[in-house]
Amino acid sequence: MTPAISLSQVRKDFGKFIALSDVTFDISDNEFFTLLGPSGCGKTTLLRLIAGFEDTSAGTIHLYGEEIENLPPDKRPVNTVFQNYALFPHMNVAQNIGFALKMLGWSTDEITSRVDEMIDMVRLGEFAHRKPSQLSGGQQQRVALARAMAPRPKVLLLDEPLSALDLKLRQQMRGELKTLQRETGITFIFVTHDQEEALSMSDRIAVMSAGKLQQIGSPNEIYEFPANRFVADFIGETNLIDASVTQVSGRRVTCKLADGETITALAHQDLQIGAAGIVSVRPESLSVTPTAPMGQSLTGTLGDAVYLGTDTQFTVHLDQSLELKVRMQNGVTDGAKLTAGDPVFVSIADGAARFLVD
Amino acid sequence: MTRPFDIRHYRGFFAVTCACLVILYAPLIIVMIYSFNDSASITNWGGVSLRWYVDVFTGPDSEKFKLAAWNSLSIAVMAATVSTTIATAAAIGMIRGGQFKGKSASFALISLPIMVPEIVTAVATLIFFSTIGFKLGTLSILVAHIVFCIPFAYLPISARLQGIEASFEEAAQDLYASRWATFRYVLMPIMGPGILSGFLLAFIISLDDFIITNFIKGAGVETLPTAIFGSVKQGIKPNIMALSTLLLMFSICLVTLSYFIGKRGEANPPPQT
Repeated sequence: MTPAISLSQVRKDFGKFIALSDVTFDISDNEFFTLLGPSGCGKTTLLRLIAGFEDTSAGTIHLYGEEIENLPPDKRPVNTVFQNYALFPHMNVAQNIGFALKMLGWSTDEITSRVDEMIDMVRLGEFAHRKPSQLSGGQQQRVALARAMAPRPKVLLLDEPLSALDLKLRQQMRGELKTLQRETGITFIFVTHDQEEALSMSDRIAVMSAGKLQQIGSPNEIYEFPANRFVADFIGETNLIDASVTQVSGRRVTCKLADGETITALAHQDLQIGAAGIVSVRPESLSVTPTAPMGQSLTGTLGDAVYLGTDTQFTVHLDQSLELKVRMQNGVTDGAKLTAGDPVFVSIADGAARFLVD
Repeated sequence: MTRPFDIRHYRGFFAVTCACLVILYAPLIIVMIYSFNDSASITNWGGVSLRWYVDVFTGPDSEKFKLAAWNSLSIAVMAATVSTTIATAAAIGMIRGGQFKGKSASFALISLPIMVPEIVTAVATLIFFSTIGFKLGTLSILVAHIVFCIPFAYLPISARLQGIEASFEEAAQDLYASRWATFRYVLMPIMGPGILSGFLLAFIISLDDFIITNFIKGAGVETLPTAIFGSVKQGIKPNIMALSTLLLMFSICLVTLSYFIGKRGEANPPPQT
């Protein structure tokens, strides 16, 4: 199967600033693909290169096998949902949705029926003759979506489309977007800096930082097997501890932490004894007990405990400089009342620690 | 907390304001009042009458004024249309053209005519036209008006365009609109209020111009301002007051129209984010 989008050695410079470099990956047909990264990482630039609003400085972009990087935006069968929606203020909802069809030279009848279909799809029937300024943010969002999907693009580009909505609406729109993508079978490329959005909707995620691709994989892979320190730190919460490998058995390594204790962790690649790196372990795969548990554990003293509703977050000091965050679900633990300063044992869920080469 | 700055607390503010208003508007008001004077004298009040308004349209000078008014209006419409078109193109080039060499110089060139004393422009234009052998007449007036109206049309148009985010044009292109269709269906309608105020401003400036027109109008061609000036040289008759009042009313109407279009533009500001 030809990939929907195929990027090869893509580079973009703005003067002396390198916005993107050496970006090479494929996006499959019918995929909900997310570009995730902090602001300034180049994800929006990459989207604009695919849309055609910017020219690549080097590299090629293929859309279903066809080279597109030299085509102007109006010749590329991809459409964009803009961050600020960019709805045409002087046109009503129906005119906005029908704009691309008119530009493509569809007949009036075809336009009317397609626009009706799209308006039904986003459930805006009663608003067809309103101007964008008379709509709420969520409704404008739907119009933008309908407008971009009306001409049946091969790929739909979404530039942080949910960032202007309030939390409730944002969560609701996540589900709707996902459903829409599955029903229409259009390839979605979704740009966001919100990891929760990325994890909950995507088939695959590309994590980007400083103009470079950091990791590409399913939400589960990205979260469970981060490729490097940046990804581990950016996605979810984690404890990062400097460590060195003392024993290797396949991908399972035993490593020594800075405070002298050892833990076993899974590594991404084959490693040699003595290799230096970091151990990443998520707070929720750790638990604190007053007595020594079965299996591997670390010893420390309890710092503060922060009650967070469903969870409690503990800080445990392993030594002067080393501390761990531990997150435990309330009500599941035996209710042992722990107080700050108590000596405690921190146990690690089997297979939860990752060794990352920096 | 210091008291908030309020200009009204300055001593003498009220007196100065009154003096300015009187100096600015008293002559206009006197002209308006005396345009309704029944007397043939311009200083003695002889009762209320519309006879000088009738005289403007039917009196001995009426043919001269009608022709001059027609010249003025047709030149103003054409000059405003052409200069607005050029100013719109200039604004798009300046604001959407990215960074290009000589951008500041271009901006200076566009707005310089506002700063240059009009008499200098008038003399220079006259010399230029006679050097290249351009026959003075209606056409020379039109060309000169187009040129000096451009900066006036440019200002409101570029101000409006500056407030319009580029994402509307990107969206249009993304939705398969060519460059021309993007301008025609998206950019121009959003710029509309700016283009209209630019047009009205250029229209008024052209209609009102005396100095440049007087230099380059050639023999026998008159616009309203030059015709009025010509009549006044032979002594002020009350019909000039009536004519001036009509011109004033026309200008006020246009300015008011322009104001309300601007208002509508504000109520419908160039949409942001």
